[in-house]
Amino acid sequence: MTRSRIVVVALAVAATALLVAGIAGAKTSAHARVHQNLAVKGSISFDGIWTSSSGQKQFQDVINAFNKIYPNVHVNYKPVGNNLPTVLATAVAGGHPPDMADIAQPGTVAQFAKQGKLKPIRYATSVISQNFAPAWKQLGTYSGKLYALVFKAANKSVVWYNVPAFKTAGVKAPKTFAQLLAAAKTIKSSGTPAYSIGGADGWTLTDMFENIYLRTFGAAKYNALSTHKTKWTDPSVITALNTMAKIIGDTGNVYGGTSGALQYGFNDSVTNAFANPAKAAMVFEADFVGGVITSSTQAKPGTGFNTFTWPSITPSAADSSAVEIGGDLFVTFRDNPAIEAFVKYLATAQAAEVWAKQGGFGTGNKNVPASIYPDAITRATEAPISTAKSVVFDMSDEQPPSFGATAGQGEWGLFQDFLKTPSDVSGIASKLEDAATAAYKAGK
Amino acid sequence: MVAAPPSSAEPGRLGRYLMVAVFLGPALFMLGVWMVYPAIYTIIRSFFGQHGFIGTWVGIDNYKTLFTTSTLKTAIKNNAIWVAVVPALVTSIGLIFAVLTERIRWAVAFKTVVFLPMAISAFATGVTWRIMYQQDPGLGAINALGKTISGVVSPAGVLSQAVPSIPAQQASGGAIVLKTPTHPGGVALLGLTGIAPDQVPKSAKQAVRPAPKPGDVTGTVWRDFKPGGGKAGVVEQGELGLPGVTVQLRDASGKVVQSTTSNADGSFDFSKVPAGTYHAAIGAQTFAKPFGGYSWLGPKLIVPSLMIAYIWIWAGFAMVVIGAGLSAMPRDVLEAARTDGANEWQTFRRVTVPLLAPVLSVVFITMVINVLKVFDIVFALAPESEYAKANVIALAMYFTAFQGGGNFGVGSAIAVFLFLLVVPVLALNVRRFRRDM
Repeated sequence: MTRSRIVVVALAVAATALLVAGIAGAKTSAHARVHQNLAVKGSISFDGIWTSSSGQKQFQDVINAFNKIYPNVHVNYKPVGNNLPTVLATAVAGGHPPDMADIAQPGTVAQFAKQGKLKPIRYATSVISQNFAPAWKQLGTYSGKLYALVFKAANKSVVWYNVPAFKTAGVKAPKTFAQLLAAAKTIKSSGTPAYSIGGADGWTLTDMFENIYLRTFGAAKYNALSTHKTKWTDPSVITALNTMAKIIGDTGNVYGGTSGALQYGFNDSVTNAFANPAKAAMVFEADFVGGVITSSTQAKPGTGFNTFTWPSITPSAADSSAVEIGGDLFVTFRDNPAIEAFVKYLATAQAAEVWAKQGGFGTGNKNVPASIYPDAITRATEAPISTAKSVVFDMSDEQPPSFGATAGQGEWGLFQDFLKTPSDVSGIASKLEDAATAAYKAGK
Repeated sequence: MVAAPPSSAEPGRLGRYLMVAVFLGPALFMLGVWMVYPAIYTIIRSFFGQHGFIGTWVGIDNYKTLFTTSTLKTAIKNNAIWVAVVPALVTSIGLIFAVLTERIRWAVAFKTVVFLPMAISAFATGVTWRIMYQQDPGLGAINALGKTISGVVSPAGVLSQAVPSIPAQQASGGAIVLKTPTHPGGVALLGLTGIAPDQVPKSAKQAVRPAPKPGDVTGTVWRDFKPGGGKAGVVEQGELGLPGVTVQLRDASGKVVQSTTSNADGSFDFSKVPAGTYHAAIGAQTFAKPFGGYSWLGPKLIVPSLMIAYIWIWAGFAMVVIGAGLSAMPRDVLEAARTDGANEWQTFRRVTVPLLAPVLSVVFITMVINVLKVFDIVFALAPESEYAKANVIALAMYFTAFQGGGNFGVGSAIAVFLFLLVVPVLALNVRRFRRDM
């Protein structure tokens, strides 16, 4: 090797080293020096559903991360809890809404939007488009204007099962509805009822119906039913109700039988299914079941409980990766630079990751990597939310609240009646249609 | 009584008014802000549409809705039942307690216990009673009591959950009878499923299909299940026999000719069976279901269940008020009645009750007003699935106005209706107070 060649090689090595060091240096300095925006000032009042026991801390972490960039914006989060719809409706009617609020029912958002109480969030259109699939923007759009950001989403198209109960029965997590029914039959023979149903909470029943409808007819028809373009007496509804009757009508296979199921709430249905020994094998509910299992039973992830995706029913007509979500829609009642900055920040992956890595959080934000979720089960339930080809919102939440979200009446009450008499499919369908018609008429 | 005017330094007229204003002002202001304004606003609001601070004029449509919507009609009907039943019951139970506690030794302790529920909020009472009313005897205290009693009277069978895996039918009395007939030299297979592993007796062994024996009917009773389901009606490796099951041999007419108990591997043997056609069966006691509990919170019993909890709260109040009236009653009248030869019942009916009438009516009217506006106990106690059945006016108002889309128009109409129901009772009460003074 000649001397000159050695010099060339040495120079090349040094140059490369310098380049690498330079890039690395640039990267670290970009991280260390958060681009602070001091010009935007103001305070934002925010009414939310999360209380100290259910996510207030995590949301405060998101606010704190926001304050690193906008130190002069003060976000005043008020944990209202489950009374939020009541508090908000009263505040709006009285003319003093908060600056921002978290609403779980698109039906309520639509109502407020129609009354002109909400401010459009047009300014966030581009940041939302960069981070979310178009379906998500659509979920926040009413009569052509963007009003809401779906900040947090819960995957409702999952089923939770008791692993030892499945093992005792010798069945595997089903992929199709036929497999589900066959597995349920085997589980019953093994001496454990297959289904745990929290019928005292009407929404657990509407969620089951909605998943069946989505898996049978696909997202387009689902959305037509949500907006009452399809009537509740439509043959498709009858088909879906008949499918549902195969589960709830198998009364010997429901823990506590019909009258028991009507008295167990959502929490009871979870603790019954994951008790030791198991009282039942499966719960049809959303990703948040996991939190209830870990907080109120001894079951451990993987060995005690696990999940599977809602089984496909008609693969030809419906996309079986479609996900039904429940979600928190963030809306604004006022408009100013501080609110704009906060809404835009909340739409970024950065904001979502603050909460996502702590668990109990799903998002449609496609730039949030699946690796951020803390464990395998959370990943399995949350990742499909952003990768699903189609996303639909919980149907009962999209209806006028007097039909879709009131205890003991409308959809909740009628599906409880359906649980009482699963044979009366056409009767329930016509009652649903009557109640929906009345609610849509009153909403006008 | 008229307050004497201050004798020294009589203030002028203006000063008097000023003083009245200073003293009455704050109270009037608060009354105005908290009572008069909301009442008037609610009345006006009841003639306007669903949304907003005032909404659009709809005339009496909201009141029409009130009497045409089925849930609201149920609420009105339920309130009528409440008014008809509860005040009378509370008053009479209070009266009975008051009269009886006058005679017993530990009256104070007894009174304290009966009065105790008054110290608990109605919401907490609702939550507590909801747990006590649970249908599952493992959760609800009342049904647990029922289970204990029925466990003694008719104990549950060892395999109460089991169902046959082979074609069989239930004979009268609950025995499970095989459909396929058998005969001497035959093998009867009695497969059962739906038995959880922990329900299988500890002594159970691998099930064995016995060999046929001439002149005998042999067979086995076993848990016809292995992981994955297995083949129905076939004794397979990994399936356990069910020991200790009462097996019967029934002749063509259904009469039990022989009875035996299964072995550890589930096998059994009826020896020396005369020629003929028989059916193997499992005795009814094996399948006797344990007491499943009454559905106190179900559609049929929910209203009485709510009333019981409500009476539990208010009986103590009635007892204390009536007891006070009782102790103020002139004793000589009672003694005179007894001297004249009246027995206890006659004294009670003809003397005590008439003398207590004013107190009884105070309790009764107070209870009518309380019951008309009953809300919290229903809200906390009734499961959501029975709200439609358990509905009362105040609850209907809450759901209509503040839940379900905030229909403030109809909500206000319900409130006004409730107000109109309470007014006559209230007027009666006020008139009586005036008369007493």
